Amino acid sequence: MKTYYNPEDLKKFGNIGEFQKKLADKFFDYYGETFKEGALTAREKSLIALAVAHTIQCPYCIDAYTVDTMEKGCDEQQMMEAVHVAAAIRSGASLVHGVQMMNKYKELSM
Amino acid sequence: MIKSLKARHSQLADVGYELKILSQKTPTGFEPDAFSSKLRESNLFPLQPTKIDTLQINVGKMCNQTCKHCHVDAGPDRKEIMTRETMQQCLDVIQNNSFTTVDMTGGAPEMNPNFRWFVEEIRAISKEIKIIVRCNLTIIVANPSYHDLPDFFKKHNVEVVSSLPYFSAMRTDAQRGEGVFEKSIRALKMLNDVGYGKEGTGLILDLVYNPSGAFLPGNQESLEFEFKKKLKEPFGISFNKLFAITNLPISRFLDYLISSGNYDGYMEKLIASYNPVAAEGVMCRNMISVGWDGHLYDCDFNQMLEMKVETPGQHIAQWNNNDLHRREIQVNQHCFGCTAGAGSSCGGATTS
Repeated sequence: MKTYYNPEDLKKFGNIGEFQKKLADKFFDYYGETFKEGALTAREKSLIALAVAHTIQCPYCIDAYTVDTMEKGCDEQQMMEAVHVAAAIRSGASLVHGVQMMNKYKELSM
Repeated sequence: MIKSLKARHSQLADVGYELKILSQKTPTGFEPDAFSSKLRESNLFPLQPTKIDTLQINVGKMCNQTCKHCHVDAGPDRKEIMTRETMQQCLDVIQNNSFTTVDMTGGAPEMNPNFRWFVEEIRAISKEIKIIVRCNLTIIVANPSYHDLPDFFKKHNVEVVSSLPYFSAMRTDAQRGEGVFEKSIRALKMLNDVGYGKEGTGLILDLVYNPSGAFLPGNQESLEFEFKKKLKEPFGISFNKLFAITNLPISRFLDYLISSGNYDGYMEKLIASYNPVAAEGVMCRNMISVGWDGHLYDCDFNQMLEMKVETPGQHIAQWNNNDLHRREIQVNQHCFGCTAGAGSSCGGATTS
């Protein structure tokens, strides 16, 4: 079956340098640096990445950061709570626009 | 409780079959001699000992638990245990050598009827030698005759290394069996109560973390930080160090990998994570592992694959320092488990 996404492609991520090495190198350096222990722990960063992966709905990222958070000792509850954070922000972003709708409604209503 | 692979007459109880699987080229393309090739690239082949400072003794396969990942295929249905005569042969070797550490494992070592005698005899040989017992925790609360184990360990200054795969019941019980987490917490409290894991007592209680599934352990320090926090807050438990150990693809963990469809992916991950620095520090370079029947192996994993030391004498009764120091350590694809990432050994990560 042909699909747009192939799990095997995740392992080939590094190959993007074949077409543009300089920018790929800069990206992977930056990426590696970003996820190092810092003011935030690598574990916290991994949970943020998992939440963001669900926001951008990238199957590769979901796969990668499910494994990464598990390796970093997060459990299923913590991982699902991270997804809920993403979901809450997404739904909140829709709902907060309800104020705009209400403003317009009130503007047009007697 | 699940039965051992042996009691289930599983094909994987046959070491020849296990080695056949480990030697097969996988669809993702790893070669049958992949580990030797990697060692060659790192100028470590043939792998040889540095110094032999640790004697690890497996006193038997009998255990009160049947953990899903157990590389020993231990369980209540396993009857192979070390006799007093073989223990005496171990004591003779300990007496005539200068090991820094005697590391006792199993099964549940405490279930060997001569366990306490053995510990007392080792301590009688040397006050300084580090005696480690790999305690599964639940044995301490299994029945009243084991309740005084914390006091016994304390009396003989035994270091306790205990498996606790996670700080929650769900993930712990998934790997080690229903109710294991609650019993482990009770046992940890009993160890804490006599001073184990407490600052200033000198009584060492280390925990072993190994992943409950087909993934690798993360950074040992971060996991230790998390475990300390999560065991302190609700349970008031303290411990010294956390050892993050990678599950090796043998016995019941191999069974899990194959039946869950994770074998190829896991092997691929182990191989991709090969770290030459970890390879240099593998534990088989400074230890000898003794089986329940007295045979000698490079490590507990090789023991379970029945890959004996490659020396003329292969039994504790035939101990020969020169031969053992000059031997070539037996390797196969399971060894990738000890060289992945930060490395893995019975003492946790092998690189900092």
